[in-house]
Amino acid sequence: MLKINDLHASVEDKEILNGINLEVNAGEVHAIMGPNGSGKSTLAAVIAGKEEFEVTKGNVVLDGEDLVDDAPEERAHKGVFLSFQYPVEIPGVSVTNFMKTAINETRKAKGLEDMPANQMLKLIREKAEMLEIDRKFLSRSLNEGFSGGEKKRNEIFQMAMLEPKLAILDETDSGLDIDALRIVANGVNKLKSKDNAVIVITHYQRLLEYIVPDFVHVLHNGRIVKSGGKELALELEEKGYDWIKNEAVV
Amino acid sequence: MAYTEEELKKELETKEYEYGFYTNIESDTFPKGLNEDIVRAISKKKNEPEWMTEWRLEAFRIWEKMEEPEWANVHYEKPDFQAISYYSAPKSADPNKSLEDVDPDLLEMYRKLGISVDEQKKLQNVAVDIVVDSVSVATTFKKTLAEKGIIFMPISEAIQEHPELVKKYMGTVVPKTDNFYAALNSAVFTDGSFCYIPKGVRCPMELSTYFRINEGGTGQFERTLVIADESSYVSYLEGCTAPSRDENQLHAAVVELIALNDAEIKYSTVQNWYPGNAEGKGGVYNFVTKRGICENNAKISWTQVETGSAVTWKYPSCILKGNNSVGEFYSIAVTNNFQQADTGTKMIHLGKNTKSTIISKGISAGKSQNSYRGLVQIGSRAENARNFSQCDSLLMGNECGAHTFPYIEAKNKSAQIEHEATTSKIGEDQIFYCNQRGIDTEKAIALIVNGFSKEVLNKLPMEFAVEAQKLLEISLEGSVG
Repeated sequence: MLKINDLHASVEDKEILNGINLEVNAGEVHAIMGPNGSGKSTLAAVIAGKEEFEVTKGNVVLDGEDLVDDAPEERAHKGVFLSFQYPVEIPGVSVTNFMKTAINETRKAKGLEDMPANQMLKLIREKAEMLEIDRKFLSRSLNEGFSGGEKKRNEIFQMAMLEPKLAILDETDSGLDIDALRIVANGVNKLKSKDNAVIVITHYQRLLEYIVPDFVHVLHNGRIVKSGGKELALELEEKGYDWIKNEAVV
Repeated sequence: MAYTEEELKKELETKEYEYGFYTNIESDTFPKGLNEDIVRAISKKKNEPEWMTEWRLEAFRIWEKMEEPEWANVHYEKPDFQAISYYSAPKSADPNKSLEDVDPDLLEMYRKLGISVDEQKKLQNVAVDIVVDSVSVATTFKKTLAEKGIIFMPISEAIQEHPELVKKYMGTVVPKTDNFYAALNSAVFTDGSFCYIPKGVRCPMELSTYFRINEGGTGQFERTLVIADESSYVSYLEGCTAPSRDENQLHAAVVELIALNDAEIKYSTVQNWYPGNAEGKGGVYNFVTKRGICENNAKISWTQVETGSAVTWKYPSCILKGNNSVGEFYSIAVTNNFQQADTGTKMIHLGKNTKSTIISKGISAGKSQNSYRGLVQIGSRAENARNFSQCDSLLMGNECGAHTFPYIEAKNKSAQIEHEATTSKIGEDQIFYCNQRGIDTEKAIALIVNGFSKEVLNKLPMEFAVEAQKLLEISLEGSVG
């Protein structure tokens, strides 16, 4: 589904991604771990198409199509979803209105009519129930005054509504207590299927107890320096990132 | 079909201001310049009684001695008042004729303006008065309204048919001496709307006036007078457009609202005068005096969406004379390119237990300057007066400005006055967040701006809220590069 080939990206002439290679197939969960500043969040932003990062070499291929020249909204239309580490507030725009706009813009890009209002409401109700989200929450302004847990849960709700092919969860566990973490992880597990793929970006192994990865990759200085199964996460937890850093130097 | 570059450019230009067309209608236009003879000639043209002519002349003499105000935070080349024609009328307009008799060119113009004078508005339950240049050309629904005793007609007709009402109220809220532009308007106003709602009547439909400047080299000076008698209610809306021209056209209107005991007036404006081009050339100077007076338990609510005009100078105000009266001001002012707006309100609390609310949303883009100027004045006898003001500014880009000038004068210790202000900027992070959900940048800005303006948009009558939302989108098109 996703193929990243020798990806280099920089911001203000400073190279942050330094030759990433990664292949993700439908039905798989990949975890990307690594110390602070290793380039994890940059990788997520570059896949999503954030403009401040310049791709200097390599490509990002989704279902055979190179995304590098696509605008972020075009990538979204093709099924890329990013759950933000710091979701942004948009005062006065309700969660429902935001989702309605997002879904209809995506439909428009595909040449479809707007989704009928009753169908939209049904979909919202269904997904809110699945993720145990209070309906009142949906009429609140997007992320405004939300707690950390509410923000992340809202991200997963949007993922449920948009049904992406590829979901990237950027530090979804940061700022969550254990209960909130469990709720968010359960949501992701419910949304997983054989047709979609998930990339979980995290600093700690904790989240991976709930969202169990098929593969774990360790990022250091903008490169994947080690890949393995889920047991790699445990090993990292035990030995710390210094172990990888040292190994990478060798 | 292959476009030539020129054609494409033209199309893009018209997209920027879609009401920028000029309709070639034969018109009857006075020579340029202003003196007592011109004032008399306007009055004669309108067949006015002598008291009206004298009223105008008195205003003219006052105006001659006044100077154009300079305190507003706007910079522009002062209009040459001798280079303007003070009367211009489409020749074939006659409000007494039925619509079938109206000049087809005029009807075509309404169509372009999106005003279908007959069926569509009937469905929407809106009565419309249309003022082109200096005269009112069509008023709909007169009959339906007359059954309830409601008078809705061009002010020129009201002077003829209801002189007692006009005489009693005109100039009582905005006196001839009020300010430079109000004095000018009092001398040369050519038409506008008049509305009277009798005691205890709830006006069953929205009343609406559509103002249009069509001719070049003219100014528009309309005068609106709305009287809501005791325990009555009316919701009134005005819309404004003008052709795109290189010259600056002057619009100096006066609106007076009178809400007698227990009456309520809701007055909404969607102002979309031509703002000038992207280089700041042309556009309408919008210098307007709007004020209402509330008797006991009365309420006046001003809602405005201001997206047009090169320079705006406008402060819809409330004099809360009666006890327990309520004044409200809800405003969205958008400026883009080189537009300048200095707008806000005055809430004058005179009666006991009077209450006012001010919600102002300023959106600045391009190289524009957007100022909020508001006065909250509590008189010495206004026991328990309360005011809440909220002024929010949203900035787009690095070259525009937002300014807030709040004035508070309280002469009674029991007053409670609250003022809140915020300034924010549409961030790249917000835009990227929307983009990532499949929403392109233009749409994202529209969404953010609508969210920012929501409290005010919600105050507009339903039919116009949609129109206003679209207008906000068009005004800000291309403002984020």
